[in-house]
Amino acid sequence: MIEASYDTVIIGGGPGGYTAALYCARAGLKTLLLEKLSPGGQMATTSQVDNYPGFENGVDGFELGEKMKQGADRFGAESALSEVTAVDLASSPKRIVTPDGAYEAKTVILATGASPRTLGLPEEARLVSRGVAYCATCDGMLYKGKTVIVSGGGDTAVTDALFLSKICSRVYLVHRRDTLRASKSFLAALRSAPNLTFIADSRISGILYDKKVTGAKIENVKTGGLTELACDGIFVAIGRIPNSGLFRGQVDMDESGYIVADETTRTSVPGVFAVGDVRTKPLRQIVTAASDGAVASKFAEEYLMEDR
Amino acid sequence: MSTITVTKENFNAEVQEAGTPALVEFWAPWCGYCRRLAPVLDVVAGTYEDRLLVGKVNVDEQEELENRFEVMTLPTLILFKGGSAGAPLVNPGSKAEIDRWLNEQGIQ
Repeated sequence: MIEASYDTVIIGGGPGGYTAALYCARAGLKTLLLEKLSPGGQMATTSQVDNYPGFENGVDGFELGEKMKQGADRFGAESALSEVTAVDLASSPKRIVTPDGAYEAKTVILATGASPRTLGLPEEARLVSRGVAYCATCDGMLYKGKTVIVSGGGDTAVTDALFLSKICSRVYLVHRRDTLRASKSFLAALRSAPNLTFIADSRISGILYDKKVTGAKIENVKTGGLTELACDGIFVAIGRIPNSGLFRGQVDMDESGYIVADETTRTSVPGVFAVGDVRTKPLRQIVTAASDGAVASKFAEEYLMEDR
Repeated sequence: MSTITVTKENFNAEVQEAGTPALVEFWAPWCGYCRRLAPVLDVVAGTYEDRLLVGKVNVDEQEELENRFEVMTLPTLILFKGGSAGAPLVNPGSKAEIDRWLNEQGIQ
């Protein structure tokens, strides 16, 4: 059953999605945004955003998400709390299916973002509630005074390790290369943290546990040597994967699953646009996601004009 | 129905001996994922009306309940039916995931 028809349906309520909603609604398009949880996406789990311009003291990511939603609401964009389960992007009009009903749209803006990459170990999933975590700022306080391992070598891993070193008694940072890819200011802070140890050329090859995590098997990737490290928690910060599985086979993607679209945000399917972290792009930030949202509205509008 | 605050003092009366199944969320004020879930739980409480009680345990204040139910990741949701705890749902990614989890346990 078709619930309603729209000029544009936006899938995902992060900064890319809500900026697209604001611009589309202001352009007079009948706009619906579908969000499965709550506004903000990944940024909603960050309490301090310091690199979104206009907030001299930084801004809470959750509040920024709410404000972006309210801004789009003010111009008549509709939002629904609903998880998209299937899409047909090639049909005309395009079709978006949710457990609460299906929608028709002349254009679709894909703004589904990205999620943390997992270690890919068989025991990992069952230990997520028992010591394996993917968000240091979210779960760090549960490991107060305990020993944790952070896996990864980029900015996120290094900031997580620094954050945890202030809470936990001991932090190990395990990275498969011999150097970290983080910015200089982070690296200096890392070196001066007394309870933080960097373990280079290594990866977590297994998790030790009884009911909860008790340690990790650390494999030296150069020598193949195995050691065991006792710990209470493992924080995984080894990058992200795009939330594009729903669209596989319908739009072109790169080998990592990012939806191929240039600065116009146009995908391989006419009338379908990709914005924010799910799109192929060199820098994934709130400000670049928001920028994509604005651009997508322009090209959605252009597509609708040609269509008429 | 609105959500209620669950403590070790009212746990027995409000959850264990409640006439209706109770969904209890273990959360903390500093937990980002918990904040994202809060508006969704309000919607869930409204959707299931008197068929489900929705309660919240602040683990910063309720360490005893946190330890008793071995909560290691926030947010964790546990459904109590007839006083016994079902399989927990950790950090659900959507309202639909909560609905499915509830439906599987007989809450419609």
